[in-house]
Amino acid sequence: MAIRRVRIFSLFERFWHWSQMLLIMTLMFSGFGLHGFHHLLDFKQAVDLHTLAAFLLLLLWAFSIFWLFTTRNWRHFIPTVKGMWQVLRFYSFGIFQGEHHPYRKAYWRKHNPLQALAYLMLKIVLFPLIWISGLVYLFYFLWRDIPHATQVLDGVALVHTGAAFTIVVFVMIHVYMLTTGHSFKEHVMPMINGFDEVDLTPEEEAYLLKDQPEVLG
Amino acid sequence: MRPVLRFFLALLLIAGLAPLETMGEGQWPTPPAEGKPPPQISGPLSGGTGDHTKYEALKQPFATGPDVTKACLSCHTETGKHFMKNIHWTWEYRNPDTGQLLGKKHLINNFCTNARGNEGMCAQCHAGYGWKDESFDFSDETNIDCLVCHDTTGTYYKTPNSKGSPACSVMFEGKPPMDFTLIAQSVGLPERANCGACHFNGGGGDNVKHGDLSSALKNPPRELDVHMDAKGLNFACTACHVTKSHVWAGSRYRVAATDDKGTGKPGQRRDVATCESCHGTAPHKVDSLASFKRNDHISSIACQTCHIPEFARGGVATITNWDWRTAGKTRNGEGYHEHGYTQGNGEHRYTYKSIKGDFTYGENLVPLYRWFNGQMHYTTIDTKFDITKPVAINDFTGSREDGDSRIWPFKKMTTWMPADLGNGTLVYTHLWGEDSDSYWGNYDMGKAIAHGMKEFGLPYSGEHGFVETFSYWPITHMVAPKEDALSCEDCHSKQGRLDGVAGIYIPGRDNNRWLDLIGIIAVVGTLVFILGHALIRIVAPNRGKH
Repeated sequence: MAIRRVRIFSLFERFWHWSQMLLIMTLMFSGFGLHGFHHLLDFKQAVDLHTLAAFLLLLLWAFSIFWLFTTRNWRHFIPTVKGMWQVLRFYSFGIFQGEHHPYRKAYWRKHNPLQALAYLMLKIVLFPLIWISGLVYLFYFLWRDIPHATQVLDGVALVHTGAAFTIVVFVMIHVYMLTTGHSFKEHVMPMINGFDEVDLTPEEEAYLLKDQPEVLG
Repeated sequence: MRPVLRFFLALLLIAGLAPLETMGEGQWPTPPAEGKPPPQISGPLSGGTGDHTKYEALKQPFATGPDVTKACLSCHTETGKHFMKNIHWTWEYRNPDTGQLLGKKHLINNFCTNARGNEGMCAQCHAGYGWKDESFDFSDETNIDCLVCHDTTGTYYKTPNSKGSPACSVMFEGKPPMDFTLIAQSVGLPERANCGACHFNGGGGDNVKHGDLSSALKNPPRELDVHMDAKGLNFACTACHVTKSHVWAGSRYRVAATDDKGTGKPGQRRDVATCESCHGTAPHKVDSLASFKRNDHISSIACQTCHIPEFARGGVATITNWDWRTAGKTRNGEGYHEHGYTQGNGEHRYTYKSIKGDFTYGENLVPLYRWFNGQMHYTTIDTKFDITKPVAINDFTGSREDGDSRIWPFKKMTTWMPADLGNGTLVYTHLWGEDSDSYWGNYDMGKAIAHGMKEFGLPYSGEHGFVETFSYWPITHMVAPKEDALSCEDCHSKQGRLDGVAGIYIPGRDNNRWLDLIGIIAVVGTLVFILGHALIRIVAPNRGKH
């Protein structure tokens, strides 16, 4: 086993991450404006911006889902309990003792178990909650004549707003996590240039050296 | 030029007929149609085909209005029969849904109270001649007043059908005589001033009743009404209130609150005066994502709600509160009035009249917004109600759930008006008359009510007093230019225009308090947690070790 600098985030993945970040920020800003928490945008601008950003994000997600499944990258997000305890213990105890993070990135496991679970929940629970409720909300006037439409709309608004608050909490923790470890920069760089230190098996290293030398730093 | 034109026309005609000739071989002449074919649909009338100054029937001196009517009917042979079916003539309307008998002939309103029994005054606005009491002949075509609607000289006027109290009749003396021959020869399609002569003065004065129908609409600028704009579209009332055989589309007794039929085929829709009947059911140009939502709003929001941001615009005030309790005060035994309000166009309005009581005026008013399905329920002369509570003269129905309602703007009128406290009913007040019971001139409400009720055989306990009443007037005129329409946040905000409208979640107005509380606690809690976690990392003893 050898620690090598490996390009673990492809160009698409980085584009995905940062454009998703921008779109989610836009959605949060315009969305909480629509909700009445601020009045920095007028309502029409906020509707335009929120709807446009939402459609762009859905488009981006359509591409990312296609990418995940065609490149086998979905496997990074399979939940596992292996190593979970050590990671949890580190963040709640070891980190204060100056310990090293217990997890080493593997070529087919670039997220630690806690990260993988968090991102998976984001992808299969929180994001679907917000985009499905958002679309139902947006197309209210198509289903407004079903029985109890008003109560359904109340529920849809509740789910949409609740999911939005949860995403805010996620973003806060996600950004805070970048400050753990050596430095903030060290955590952000992989998502900018794609390279991070990865524990490669000899076979992986040999394969990459021969077939994809550009992936090794 | 003309022969050339004729040549081409002939060519066109031949070209047009040619296929028929070859096709119709052996079928000429065309076999007779079976039965009478249905009448064809014509487009809206305009232009006219006759010059009324050239008609022999009108080249004569006329002594009275009915003489003119006879001349009109000598050519327009069927118009009398048509006209007698419309509400301008009958003043009566049976609502097919509620079964209530409505119309000015029967109703009580919370302005001048009732036309019934006061026709000598009120029926000035009846489109006929001489209705002063029950003896009026509704089957006599010559009683129809053609000129009130079709005069274009502006010199035609009407005075009360009976003299009334000497104190009142003095107001109508000394008017210049009318040149009936000139008026008859100048007839044309009704203009805004024709309809406005009555409809702008409902309730006893300019814009008193409706709030959205005032003399400002005779010659309005674009800002006041984008359709009637005298320098622009210059619509007459009948451009929207389309007419078929002297029956007009658009009824306040039976409002089309939702119109999902839209424009219909050319010339087909003569039944409604809705915005949709011209503008269709997706009227907003889609030039942004938000415009899609604007068109979506059609199913919940009446066009008027956004496009008539305020009523009683254009410098003419409307009355919003009327108090009959203070009526009847006299000075030296005579009635008087007080100026107390100067409206936008500089004219003074009376805030007190001995014959009517106190008034409150308003201009540029924000309407009341409520779900409305077009159905009004009237408190009629025979409705018993609880006199201790305010009563709605015309209560409206509607809700988010009923499938027919949209959110509409209303003028809400509040009036303390005479009532029979013993029986718990409204009353017919005898206001106008030459006798000693008429309120206008004698100022005795008890006698006026007793007279008004007795005249129509209605029960009266003898105990009169006043009740607080409301009436609701859907706002539909004074459509502002699009740039003056409401913006989203007028409704999508706290304390916005739709603050009191129930049954709908409006983003920006509504939120779940608990969810917001939990959400804020979660976000703040996370922040505190992060700061705490970071603090421990900073102060922890083994920080440098890694």
